[in-house]
Amino acid sequence: MSLPEPATALEIAGLHKSFDRPAVNGFDLAVRAGEFYALLGPNGAGKTTILRMVAGLLRPDAGAIRIFGVDALADPVAAKQVVAWVSDEPMIYDKLTPFEYLEFVAGLWGVNSAVAETRARDLVDWLGLAGHAHERCEGFSKGMRQKVALAGALVHDPKLIVLDEPLTGLDAGSARQVKEVLRARVRAGGAVVMTTHILEVAERMADRIGVIAAGRLIAQGTLEELRERAGRGRASLEDAFLALVADEAAA
Amino acid sequence: MNAPGTVAWLARHEFRLAWRDWRSMITAGRRRHGRTIAAILVVFAVFMHGVAFLMLPRQFGSGSTDKATLLIVTGCMVLSFSLLLSQSLESVTRAFYARFDLDLILSSPVLARRVFIVRIAIVALSLAAMAAMLAAPFIDVLLLRDGWRWLGAYAVVAAMGVAAAACAVAVTAALFRTIGPRLTRFVAQIVAAVIGAAFVIVLQAAAIMSYGTMSRLAVLQSDAVVAQAPEADSLVWWPARAVLGDPAAMGLVLAVSLVLLALAIVAFAPRFGEHVVAAAGASQAAGRRQRATAMRPASPAWALRHKEWTLLLRDPWLASQTLMQLLYLLPPALMLWRSFAQDIGSLVLLVPMLVMAAGQLAGGLAWLAISGEDAPDLVATAPVAAGLLLRAKIEAVMGAIAVVFAPFLIALALAAPVTAIVAALGIVAAAATATTIQLWFRAQAKRSHFRRRQTSSRLATFAEAFSSIAWAGTAALAAAGTWLAVLAGVIALAILAGTRLISPARD
Repeated sequence: MSLPEPATALEIAGLHKSFDRPAVNGFDLAVRAGEFYALLGPNGAGKTTILRMVAGLLRPDAGAIRIFGVDALADPVAAKQVVAWVSDEPMIYDKLTPFEYLEFVAGLWGVNSAVAETRARDLVDWLGLAGHAHERCEGFSKGMRQKVALAGALVHDPKLIVLDEPLTGLDAGSARQVKEVLRARVRAGGAVVMTTHILEVAERMADRIGVIAAGRLIAQGTLEELRERAGRGRASLEDAFLALVADEAAA
Repeated sequence: MNAPGTVAWLARHEFRLAWRDWRSMITAGRRRHGRTIAAILVVFAVFMHGVAFLMLPRQFGSGSTDKATLLIVTGCMVLSFSLLLSQSLESVTRAFYARFDLDLILSSPVLARRVFIVRIAIVALSLAAMAAMLAAPFIDVLLLRDGWRWLGAYAVVAAMGVAAAACAVAVTAALFRTIGPRLTRFVAQIVAAVIGAAFVIVLQAAAIMSYGTMSRLAVLQSDAVVAQAPEADSLVWWPARAVLGDPAAMGLVLAVSLVLLALAIVAFAPRFGEHVVAAAGASQAAGRRQRATAMRPASPAWALRHKEWTLLLRDPWLASQTLMQLLYLLPPALMLWRSFAQDIGSLVLLVPMLVMAAGQLAGGLAWLAISGEDAPDLVATAPVAAGLLLRAKIEAVMGAIAVVFAPFLIALALAAPVTAIVAALGIVAAAATATTIQLWFRAQAKRSHFRRRQTSSRLATFAEAFSSIAWAGTAALAAAGTWLAVLAGVIALAILAGTRLISPARD
């Protein structure tokens, strides 16, 4: 009999990371399974550093990261099994076809080949890549490359998807496809944590939004809660975001 | 200050970039004091002058202009010219495809023709300067031995650089017209490598077939070739005479090279813009279709090994750059074939060559597999232990080495089994050492930066070369049956230990 899955998909506590100066400074966060969480912040606020630590690409100086109950710092391999990382710069190989790329990723995650093939075909169809599934990626546009990278992130059926500016450079059609894929994962019980500079995306897609400045979470909640917090009841997310960041800078 | 958009203004811009590029290459991108760089260069120059002093035959400094001397000088010039032409083909091809600033410049109102006049001239000047710098130790030694008449050699060497650039522009433009932009880059790189190696290989092959030796000078110094060569007053020797200080010959060589460059600029500079646009179009064309196959059951290690081999096989440019070292195995292969079952003793000579080639090839492949990862985040986020990832990549390198060298070892084993075992052990040691060094010095980079991998760590490059040489020496001595092999092996291990001490991995 399997135990019920913990309701918390991602739990971050007291995260610190310094390079020449502190980049992440006591960051805390909890994201539930079945939740779409958007992380907003000005340039250099530490968003990418946080997500890279969650994905196991950076080791924090202090703090704890738990992914679906697994201590990601103590057992990174087990944590990585359920996480997918998508950066703004698509991580694909020019000389492989999308199908071969998905075969490679499935191999890395140890996915059964028959299961991987079915998923790969579904993803390729879903993302509108079917006509290019057996063409090398070298001639692909930025949008197509990003869709291949996203298919790679989904082929091992992750429970937590971590995305850093995934919609940068995508046209409206491609952006909509990506958004639909992500919403479908959330509906299926997965969790999505995403950074974006496109506030309209956060406004329309996220269940909750976190605002980060100087490596700390300065506010989080639903869009309505953030508006209330910013003291501008009828303001847009953009107004609320700018007001919160300005207040933090002034403090 | 020159008016913006003029040839002089563009030349100033290009010179500034070229100077900073050169500085960064010398310092490997690290800021150092000018005095330190100058001191390193002076020590290197003194060392090279010492090498030149020991290498140059005495007859060169005796004022002799007989047929034998002219033949050797001409041979050295053809060898140098082939290397310069190879280098200039690389530079010109890069001018078409390296787009880091061309989009900006070509989208400005500056005339494209002016841009490429300057770029062709810069390639020619760079080559002339490079040729003069490389030849300087030899020319300086001859100046000391034989007086001022050798000063003209500098001008001739520079003229060769200019002529090589002009020829490269013509060859590249011709390739664009005949085979199109998609293939030009690949073919030009292959042509460059083959031209660079061809003269040496042909001379070695001729020496092996005629004299059973691998010395390149054996053919040029042979009585038969000297007897067949044109008389000393023939026009053929004018370039050699120019090097030896004949003013008329020197004037002719300089004039011919400058005319060639002027013709190349006039004929091809106006079309460079079209070629660059065509090259950009080619790089954005649809990728090649691959045969659809079912997914195979795969472990992470298998997936990584398979990926490395597939990427290598599918990138002809990278494969050509990596496998070009194998061109130098052609003469040993020829010798193996010629000596087969006749002269077992001479087969011992093959061992160090195979070992050296294996070390160099493994170094390149290891860089590609370990450092040249285009999706490092993807691999790093996979649920696989870091040690297993590295082991799979090392297996990919050693597997490729095994495939390349197995035919040589099998052929050698049929003729001389013990020699083959020694060669196999040497190959494993050299390949493992080169891979280990790449592991210690790994630094994430794009695979497309393969050409410049040496600049990222000069220490790794030198350590790789010295350890390959040491293992080649060890294997050669072991194959010859002398206990000195133990000493050479200890030196090889000491190099590895020393490299570990200075490697970033130690931290």
